[in-house]
Amino acid sequence: MTTVNITRSIDARGMPCPGPLMSLIGAIREGQVGDVIEVLSSDAGSRTDIPAWLAKAGHELVEVVEEDGFTHFDVRKAR
Amino acid sequence: MDGSLSVVLFSGTDDKLNAAAVLTAGAAAMGRKVHVFLQYWALDAFRSDRILKDHGVAPEAGPEGAAAFQRHGGQHWSEILRQAKDIGEVEIQACSLSMDMFGLEVADLDPLVDGQEGVAGFFLHAEGPVTFI
Repeated sequence: MTTVNITRSIDARGMPCPGPLMSLIGAIREGQVGDVIEVLSSDAGSRTDIPAWLAKAGHELVEVVEEDGFTHFDVRKAR
Repeated sequence: MDGSLSVVLFSGTDDKLNAAAVLTAGAAAMGRKVHVFLQYWALDAFRSDRILKDHGVAPEAGPEGAAAFQRHGGQHWSEILRQAKDIGEVEIQACSLSMDMFGLEVADLDPLVDGQEGVAGFFLHAEGPVTFI
């Protein structure tokens, strides 16, 4: 995976839907434009929910990596 | 597609309230307005002195389903609703008929509840089909 400067990391593994997405939304709201937030989620719903919300809310999905038993998302606050 | 979501909560068991809270949070996250109307046992579950107590699960869960629900954990449905209200436009109103039946005042309910209204008042704001849980 590419090197990105992570501003904040959210380990939402073990949290059921919609916990990981809600945590991400909270972090985006608290962050600054340009911040990169890393989310680790073992909820399979996050694979659809996080990209769907980012598209709707106008933030950038920098990278998605499938790890062993969880998914790693890097998200940039764009506005 | 930015239509609002109208949900009538009737059942007061934790599994159904959790399902409703997840639905509400998802809709709010995706920018939809959500109108929630609390009737009967759902309203009873929103009493501030009872909201965090165990409300059980629906009979169809059976012992196995109930155990799976308990094991799954996650946040309490009231917390999911609080987050939904925080990130989006979520209006929660108590049905005045049910309030009357239980002898409740808005002050007896958790602050998640915005107020009480009659059924026509609910339909003044709620648009489209109603999801009944």
